[in-house]
Amino acid sequence: MSATLTQILEKGYARPEALVTTEWLAERLDDPSIRIVESNEDPLLYVQGHIRNAVEIDWVRDLNDPLRRDYLDAAGFQALLRRIGATSETIFVFYGDKNNWWATYAAWVFHLFGHTNVRIVDGGRLKWVKEGRELTKEVPTFAPTDYVAQPRNDERFRAYRDDVLRHLNAGNKLIDVRSPEEFNGTRLHMENYPNEGALRGGHIPGAKSVPWAKAVNPEDGTFLPADSLKALYEETAGLESTDDVVVYCRIGERSSHTWFVLRYLLGYENVRNYDGSWTEWGNSVGLPIEK
Amino acid sequence: MKPAKLQAVLEDLSVLERTERIEYLIALGEEYRNFSPEEVPRDATCRVPGCESEVYLGVSPLGEGLRLKFAVDNPQGISAMALATILDNSLSGEPLSQVSEISEDLIYDIFGRDLSMGKSMGLSGMVRMARDSARYGKPLAS
Repeated sequence: MSATLTQILEKGYARPEALVTTEWLAERLDDPSIRIVESNEDPLLYVQGHIRNAVEIDWVRDLNDPLRRDYLDAAGFQALLRRIGATSETIFVFYGDKNNWWATYAAWVFHLFGHTNVRIVDGGRLKWVKEGRELTKEVPTFAPTDYVAQPRNDERFRAYRDDVLRHLNAGNKLIDVRSPEEFNGTRLHMENYPNEGALRGGHIPGAKSVPWAKAVNPEDGTFLPADSLKALYEETAGLESTDDVVVYCRIGERSSHTWFVLRYLLGYENVRNYDGSWTEWGNSVGLPIEK
Repeated sequence: MKPAKLQAVLEDLSVLERTERIEYLIALGEEYRNFSPEEVPRDATCRVPGCESEVYLGVSPLGEGLRLKFAVDNPQGISAMALATILDNSLSGEPLSQVSEISEDLIYDIFGRDLSMGKSMGLSGMVRMARDSARYGKPLAS
């Protein structure tokens, strides 16, 4: 067993295959079976320097519908994957800035199209840079493929507003990953982020507050070991691995990070991300709110 | 009326494709040199609110206005460094009456529209603090 695999296994995750180390990736930069994807909040970072052979997927331009509030459709996903030279067998290895916030968001969108063969680089860009590993400005090119996308299927991993309403009426569990101030309604947006127009503050009734970044070691961006994650989500927030869980934040990006933690690191089968999140719930007429 | 140097930068950027604009901004970011704590104190008064890259602003008299010295302490804060360079190069020494009227929305002219909410908040905070320093003669982090 390689030392790098051991590092992940020692953290005790339910699905350790979803996570790779920076060392593992450094040894496979030329592996044609993987496609390395950088997904960042800062639009300058990839161009300034990225891991060799990594392509960029931009959360706004590549993953979102340009007009409606929605993700790209199957035709868009197919075009994207053809452009970056992927096949249905390609293993996507995502990393990015902000503790992999946008990397997990991109990975979650890939799941909507049934492309679940994804990995996240533990620690993401922060750890790679801190270790002094090589970055390049050279943008790789890959021969376009004839990738055929499956129709987008939101049912398994994505929750809409009415799904959430049914979910809470059935007494199922929700995790609110926003800041405590947003959760308790004293703030309508992230600290230092502008008010995005939510007319009401608070949280979805019954939701437990577990801010997303608690799952990460801030020093190097790596995920906490499973024992620490269980303490956070199970002992503190009362989740059980068999629960049907909906996670949400402000627009569904922070919560995709928690979705990844619950699904892959703790092994929850039934976790959906409510991407409408507070910007929809806090503006909708008549929906129940708790403070 | 925007300061002439700022107007010139915005005109340069307006004709660039997205990739060209990013490369232009990276070049500016890489040109950036940080300021020491003696030049720009790292305290709450000088800290740019909302900026995750730990940016501080110090000012001193220059020409008809102020020298805008942005200290960017995050080595990965390339966008903040690029904006710091633009603001210093184009607003330092310019008339206070003009600097005090700049809009924080100019970040969209510089970086484009596809900034995340968090990123736009941090960068617009830098512009707002430069503008407010021109209005009040000193950094006011509030």
